[in-house]
Amino acid sequence: MRKTFKIENLDCANCAAEIENTIRKIDGVAEVSVSFMTQRMIIDAADEEFGRIMDEALKIIRKVEPDCEVSE
Amino acid sequence: MTKAQKKHLCQILISAAIFTTALFIPAASAWRLPLFVAAYLISGLPILRKSFRNLLNGRIFDENLLMTIATLAAFAIKEYPEAVAVMLFFQIGEFFQNYAVNRSRGSIAKLMDLKPDSANLLCDGNIIAVSPEKVAPGEIILVRPGEKIPLDGQIIKGCSALDTSALTGESLPRDVVPGNEVLSGCINLNGVLQIKVTKEFSRSTVSRILELVETAGTRKAAVENFITRFARWYTPAVVIMALLLAILPPLLLDGAFHTWIYRAVTFLVISCPCALVISIPLSFFGGIGAASRQGILVKGSCYLELLSQIKCLVMDKTGTLTKGSFAVSRIIPSGISEQELLQTVAYAEAYSGHPVAQAVKNAWPQKIDRRRISALKELPGLGVSATIDGRSILAGNLRLMKQNGVMPPSVPVEGTAVHLSINGTYAGCIIVADTPKENAAEALRQIKKQGIEKLIMLTGDRTEIAQNVAAELNIDEVRAELLPQDKVGALEQILQNCAGKTAFVGDGINDAPVLARADLGIAMGKMGSDAAIEAADIVIMNDDLSKISAAVKIARKTIDIARQNIVFAIGVKLLVLLLGGLGFVSIWAAVFADVGVSVIAILNALRA
Repeated sequence: MRKTFKIENLDCANCAAEIENTIRKIDGVAEVSVSFMTQRMIIDAADEEFGRIMDEALKIIRKVEPDCEVSE
Repeated sequence: MTKAQKKHLCQILISAAIFTTALFIPAASAWRLPLFVAAYLISGLPILRKSFRNLLNGRIFDENLLMTIATLAAFAIKEYPEAVAVMLFFQIGEFFQNYAVNRSRGSIAKLMDLKPDSANLLCDGNIIAVSPEKVAPGEIILVRPGEKIPLDGQIIKGCSALDTSALTGESLPRDVVPGNEVLSGCINLNGVLQIKVTKEFSRSTVSRILELVETAGTRKAAVENFITRFARWYTPAVVIMALLLAILPPLLLDGAFHTWIYRAVTFLVISCPCALVISIPLSFFGGIGAASRQGILVKGSCYLELLSQIKCLVMDKTGTLTKGSFAVSRIIPSGISEQELLQTVAYAEAYSGHPVAQAVKNAWPQKIDRRRISALKELPGLGVSATIDGRSILAGNLRLMKQNGVMPPSVPVEGTAVHLSINGTYAGCIIVADTPKENAAEALRQIKKQGIEKLIMLTGDRTEIAQNVAAELNIDEVRAELLPQDKVGALEQILQNCAGKTAFVGDGINDAPVLARADLGIAMGKMGSDAAIEAADIVIMNDDLSKISAAVKIARKTIDIARQNIVFAIGVKLLVLLLGGLGFVSIWAAVFADVGVSVIAILNALRA
């Protein structure tokens, strides 16, 4: 499943890159891309693992950018 | 400016005012230090807070933290003005960056304006305003003048002109009548239209274009990835060097801590990669925005990058290079005038619905007086025979002529010929062909001028016809008589032979596999065609071939800007690092260099 999220209040492009690189390391993530300019995040992962991966991804985002808001 | 931006600017201005005042106070005054601290806290408090939070989260190479360390170290070695300046200018850089990013996002938000707010649903004679998502295919909506068409559909009542510029970049309004398909996102200019919806909102053109543009940023170009990779080792490397610089020389060379901490601070000041990292996606974003304003949708930065490297352009013939419909391309009379030849054939074909006959009739401007025609007979596979104005007429293909003992002197090879004989004498022929688009030759000339080395045409059409079109348009290579399934194979051969990147241009109808196989797939025309938007990397919303060279131009400019920024920013940073380490650069100079580079790189990016 490939899902697009809105990711707002990103502080800088470097942080977006850091979020992207860290999420990529989560087990089961086939593809991830965080765009600072369009404030979008795309995650591609297997359906049955998506919930767990999303939880971990949100944890990473909160750690890197506590002010960040993620919505579908 | 947003509220947050205004607040940010206020902080900067107040801090700057206090800072300047403090600079003019004599060094001996007891007021000096408190004023510097106040200026520092006013501009730097948000940064201090963020860095503390990041430290708790274990993010040590965060720019906020680095700035905090640099400024506190400057305070520690009693370089107060420098400490405040670093913080203040860092904030100015941040503000500027933020402003530029928001402005650039605004240009995409303008595109989002495409999105219709509501649809007027016709229901038992009543008009109800509903959200476009709620309208199902088959339902009828009403669009008043000045309103946006909310969903794709077919006009069932009303005539109007549509402003399609938001979709195509085409400023000329398009006239529509009942029966025409219309796309969401167009603005209805003058008449009331009743439209039968053909697609639900999520599959309508507007939704798909918006989705495409919104996700464009997530397909990143190689330069973008390069710069984020660079940033990943640049910052830690500089920070470690700063640390070593502050500790090692004083211990080994028993030098003064002050000197070396000062130098370490200059290192930290330019350790921030953010301006560099933002200026690259900002450039691409600008490029994608510029392209979309011209009706060229680019699905991602990486495709802009690819487009700038294209060496070989492969094109489909029908519908891409040619108009995709038959028209009279040449009239070759024999013994009679061109006018008479055209008129006679148009009369002979008066009752025929064949596309070739239709093309001839379209070329004859006057009304056909059917009373002058008699004894009309259709001869399947051959043509027609008739009596017009008392003369016995045969109009049709070469076989018809030969069967009747008429020998044309020479037979042209391009297109389809309709021969004519009057009373058994050959009177010439009319060539009907799928003619190249008016601007095709000029558009291809422009593309060649841009340094694209090879133009290749693929077509399922006959070799002679293909070669004719190729000669007219100056195309280097032709692969003709290809069945749809052969096209992928032909493209693969070309891919192997071409040294650079290869793009394929097609109309997306039956060449989706070819579009997908090429390094870069460009779909033309047929705006809104599902297959085209799905399979292609770049979609040109109107039929205009000249948009290809426009797109190449935008792509190259964008890449140039991105490269300039990389070379310039990294170059200046390395230079300052080197000079700073040797003690030739003051903290002041480092701050100006850092913020200056950011501002220049961002301004440069905004050109895209």
